[in-house]
Amino acid sequence: MKQFLLLAALLPLAATADDLRPLRDAPPAFQAECASCHVAFPPQLLGADDWRRVMRSLDKHYGDNASLDEKTRQILEDFHVRNAGGAIVGADRTASKNELPRLTKTDWFQREHREVRPADWTHAKVKTPANCAACHTKAAEGSYREREIVMPNGKRWED
Amino acid sequence: MKSMIPMLALVCATFTWAATSAQRGAEFYARNFGVSAKMPSCASCHTDNPAQAGRHVVTDKPIKPLAPAANAERFTDPAKVEKWFKRNCTEVVGRECTAAEKADFIAFVTGGR
Repeated sequence: MKQFLLLAALLPLAATADDLRPLRDAPPAFQAECASCHVAFPPQLLGADDWRRVMRSLDKHYGDNASLDEKTRQILEDFHVRNAGGAIVGADRTASKNELPRLTKTDWFQREHREVRPADWTHAKVKTPANCAACHTKAAEGSYREREIVMPNGKRWED
Repeated sequence: MKSMIPMLALVCATFTWAATSAQRGAEFYARNFGVSAKMPSCASCHTDNPAQAGRHVVTDKPIKPLAPAANAERFTDPAKVEKWFKRNCTEVVGRECTAAEKADFIAFVTGGR
């Protein structure tokens, strides 16, 4: 029984990228705005407070100006906060007060990608860990299944 | 034959006027503003030729060509055009662009048409 309880407690940690699905309550602005410079990152990958910080400083968005009209900005902030990841994702603890949190720095992201070789991260086709679509071939559609992963060398992750 | 001369002059004049604005736009497009380290000019992401597909220098995401000749969707939605001028001018030029700069830019990118 004790062992079962321990297993049950660990189960949420086992949530993988396979569980990421496109969100049905996504407003049209999610793709139209968030996917124009990068893949529309799943809101589940950052906590609510982190998303609020990101969505309230769009004029200084990771080295780019991504400002929106206030109405659209609010719709998108609400959508991200509503679907934000909880304790499973964890926070980007490396972010300072003046720096925005990055979803590529959370414990969850690091754990999910622990088997990725350094050479793959620095590959010319990748450039930045935020370039999900470099390996997750269906990232643009919001799908991150393991069987869809093709590494920069052209090999499927599963092979 | 004689009647064609004024017409030819008109065509030339129109062309010259358009070329002037487009030329200013071309200079603006290629100019290194020295404001952003990663995006010093329009060409940083959109390449030297706006009819070519570009890439976002930070995220590497492909960018469809700016020139309507290569991408008919461009400059069809005024709100979208203003949104991107506002963002990219602030980022690259360091301030919002003037109406004249935007007109020149569009003249260049659309090939003076």
